[in-house]
Amino acid sequence: MPQPMVPLPHRILKVRRETGDVFSIETQPETGESGFPFSPGQFNMVYVFGVGEVPLSISGDPAQTKTLTHTIRGVGWVTRALQGIKKGDMIGVRGPFGTPWPMQEIAGNDVLIVAGGVGLAPVRPVIYQLLAEREKYGNISILYGARSPDDMLYGKELEKWRGRFDLHVDVTVDSAKRGWMGNVGVVTQLISKAMPDPDNTLAMICGPEIMMRFTVMELQRQGIEDTGIYLTMERNMKCAVGFCGHCQFGSEFICKDGPVFRYDRIRNIFGKREM
Amino acid sequence: MKSLKTILEEHPFFKELEPKYIELLVGCASNVRFEAGDILYHEGDQADSFFLIRQGKVALEMAPPNKEPMIIDTVEEDLVFGWSWMVPPYKWHFDAQALTLVRAIAIDGKCLRQKCENDHELGYELFKRFFSVVTERLQHTRMQLLDVYGAQT
Repeated sequence: MPQPMVPLPHRILKVRRETGDVFSIETQPETGESGFPFSPGQFNMVYVFGVGEVPLSISGDPAQTKTLTHTIRGVGWVTRALQGIKKGDMIGVRGPFGTPWPMQEIAGNDVLIVAGGVGLAPVRPVIYQLLAEREKYGNISILYGARSPDDMLYGKELEKWRGRFDLHVDVTVDSAKRGWMGNVGVVTQLISKAMPDPDNTLAMICGPEIMMRFTVMELQRQGIEDTGIYLTMERNMKCAVGFCGHCQFGSEFICKDGPVFRYDRIRNIFGKREM
Repeated sequence: MKSLKTILEEHPFFKELEPKYIELLVGCASNVRFEAGDILYHEGDQADSFFLIRQGKVALEMAPPNKEPMIIDTVEEDLVFGWSWMVPPYKWHFDAQALTLVRAIAIDGKCLRQKCENDHELGYELFKRFFSVVTERLQHTRMQLLDVYGAQT
């Protein structure tokens, strides 16, 4: 990343609707032969020309560096502008930024991924990498909570992953209409069913902060140490390189020191209202 | 095949319950089986039992006026559900439907209420166990109410 403050032009290759208000865009850099290498958990600053810039987690496969995928919920000025984007349009991309998920550290361990809502997007690159190197890891569990069956991301992939014998995948929704045969309840209820081995499990959590708080409590109840829990934080990131201070979280800058943190590093400030 | 006594002794809900109380519970317990789609009970029905699920999944549903029924919770193996038998007027607050084949132990609440009236120690033991289930469900319901995955959170 030679010039972190200069957006590179990317062309939109594909726009895919995931749910009612969530969509994915696949882009390709217009310049450079090297593609766009990144590590799972990193994010980019995506620039819609004339509108503004927004931090977006990378949700694609880290092994596929020729193109770049982001999954987006249209909730603000920039993300709503992205909703109107079409194949062939141009956007600017700065990145990748931030600390990745600890892929080296988790090798040899059981892995428990707990995701909620659009929080499945930042952990999807982890899942791709785990599956690409399946033999390096012990048991892998993916637990996912969504608002309703219609709000579940990557439905086809979830089905495919559920069909594998070397993965434990369980999903739940907050409520459902009659006819839904899956779980209804909160994602923390799935943790004990996954029966994590507390001595050998590293957990990765991604979702709304309150969901992560309850998930940490449940993981602790299952005996998992704070040093075995990783989570990804979200704040108002602007410069993405730790200069502007917009994303300061206690003594940490989410953009530079995070967004992925080991829980023991932030436990004293995590969940504090003032933060 | 395991006896009712063994099943109750081994169930986490009755962990460390004195053997004399297990004997009492056995007197109120029976094996039940529901096919997928069967209704276990309807909202407003007399709540005279609770269930320990041994196999399968049950959906708890509410039907808001003029709207389709919504599944608000699901319960499955090793879980206990139904506490309306403890609280007057002993009516169910939800519909319960088997989503799969369900094998369960049904405990006759009417019979148990009488035993609890006669032996408050037993009543307290059951109260402690049910209260922790109720608290857990209340916490989950609060999280669901927060709509944490909604666009505005």
